[in-house]
Amino acid sequence: MRETPRTLGRPPIALVVPGALAAALLVVPLVTLVLDTPWGSFLDELRTPAVRDALWITALASTITVVVCVVLGTPLAWLLARVDFPGRTVLRAAVAVPLVLPPVVAGVALVTALGRNGLIGSVLRDTTGLTLPYTTTAVVIAHTFVSMPFYVLSVEGALRASGEQYDVVAATLGADRWTTFRRVTLPLAMPGLMAGAILAWARSLGEFGATITFAGNYPGTTQTMPSLIYQALQSDPEVARTLSMILLVVSVAILAALRNRWLTTP
Amino acid sequence: MKILPSRALTGLSLLALALPLAACGGGDDGAPSADGDGTTITVLAAASLTGTFTDLAKQFEDDHPGVTVKLAFDSSATLAQQALDGAPADVLATADEATMDSAADALAADPQVFATNTMVLVTPADNPAQITDFGDLDTGGATFVACVDTAPCGKVAAALFQDNDLTAKPASLEVDVKAVLAKVTSDEADAGFVYRTDAVAAGEDVRSVDIPHAEDEVTTYPIAPLDQSRASGLAGEFVDLVLSTEGQQVLADAGFGKP
Repeated sequence: MRETPRTLGRPPIALVVPGALAAALLVVPLVTLVLDTPWGSFLDELRTPAVRDALWITALASTITVVVCVVLGTPLAWLLARVDFPGRTVLRAAVAVPLVLPPVVAGVALVTALGRNGLIGSVLRDTTGLTLPYTTTAVVIAHTFVSMPFYVLSVEGALRASGEQYDVVAATLGADRWTTFRRVTLPLAMPGLMAGAILAWARSLGEFGATITFAGNYPGTTQTMPSLIYQALQSDPEVARTLSMILLVVSVAILAALRNRWLTTP
Repeated sequence: MKILPSRALTGLSLLALALPLAACGGGDDGAPSADGDGTTITVLAAASLTGTFTDLAKQFEDDHPGVTVKLAFDSSATLAQQALDGAPADVLATADEATMDSAADALAADPQVFATNTMVLVTPADNPAQITDFGDLDTGGATFVACVDTAPCGKVAAALFQDNDLTAKPASLEVDVKAVLAKVTSDEADAGFVYRTDAVAAGEDVRSVDIPHAEDEVTTYPIAPLDQSRASGLAGEFVDLVLSTEGQQVLADAGFGKP
């Protein structure tokens, strides 16, 4: 199956050594985490109320985040891929910014917009008496802010790759744009949609900086798994390793779900 | 055919040569004990000591020409863990004795208590929830924050909740006392549990409200030189400065109590 043409010779050492170093850097810490996890108390740790609460908040927030990404992000991706409007390039760049933004900065930015005294937050507070910080809603908003770009860029890429010619054919057959979107565009972009949703979900699972800055940290309402891990590190590193292990298992499961896209080389 | 790999190798070896050189270039402000000449000492100090230890470090540098004091401020638990893990540091000062005890294996001498602190409730300057008395926390529906109870400031806060039979719950448990203060000064919380010294440092930005029984939950600050120090003489002298009349005056000015 794996036939390497002999004429190319042995792989050059200048590529093998740095490549092996890179692989070691990525793999060794994960192996030591597995080795250092106190497996004896693993199940007991899973059952403590703090962990149960944090797992629940994390699962809830990441699931709602994905739903919001699909409902709001798909139309945005479609607009970016299919509609030629002024400022489209600028908007696409702006949508990508949270990808590279340090999460704490994302949190600070969210406070300036939606905090109790933020531009929108203060209006909301004065008119309805509602405040967002310290609520599970704030956790979802923070997660959506950091996860949405992954989803939108993935779907937009899929929409561009599937091309506009099928849309044109549908239009010549009499379909209006909404029907075309539902019956032609969306099914063609489905793999990109799935990949984007899984990426957004994974990003949401690990989200920490924006959440703790904008939403705070309280068990049962805003404390997610990464916040709990950070807190446990201060008192009991063993518990922190156990909790990290739980997230590692979940992350690997996600990667397994993605294996058809990433793990099999073309 | 052979030219490309050998060029790459040359590039690599140049890089390999340049890396240690670059490290040498930054040696002056690098690890404290890189050469064992002891011209730099690193002090790990609890976040609540930021102002006072910055002043004391300056004073120490003035008294010891050529010596640089590097300061690292973080939550006591994080610093104690770093000290245990062999972080290149010379002195550790924490915000409670339990945390210091957890780093016992890394200490070169018995810790000495150099200051005490008590908690107050602070509100933003305009006091949006109109908190004038500690009891208002329970009746006013105010949004208040405290430290998480793995940090010393959170342990004290939790004890004060209990001493005062507080039924209201904090909106958020922050990782250290600076984060609590930031939530209050940015008006994202109506009140926060901070040390008296933090309230003094924040000045006009906050108003302080006394907490009943605060004097029963006094925080003590111990300091000790570290085993891994390669400049143990200077480390000891820094500890002496903190304990001296001079050092005690700096601490008293910032609102700390006597040991």
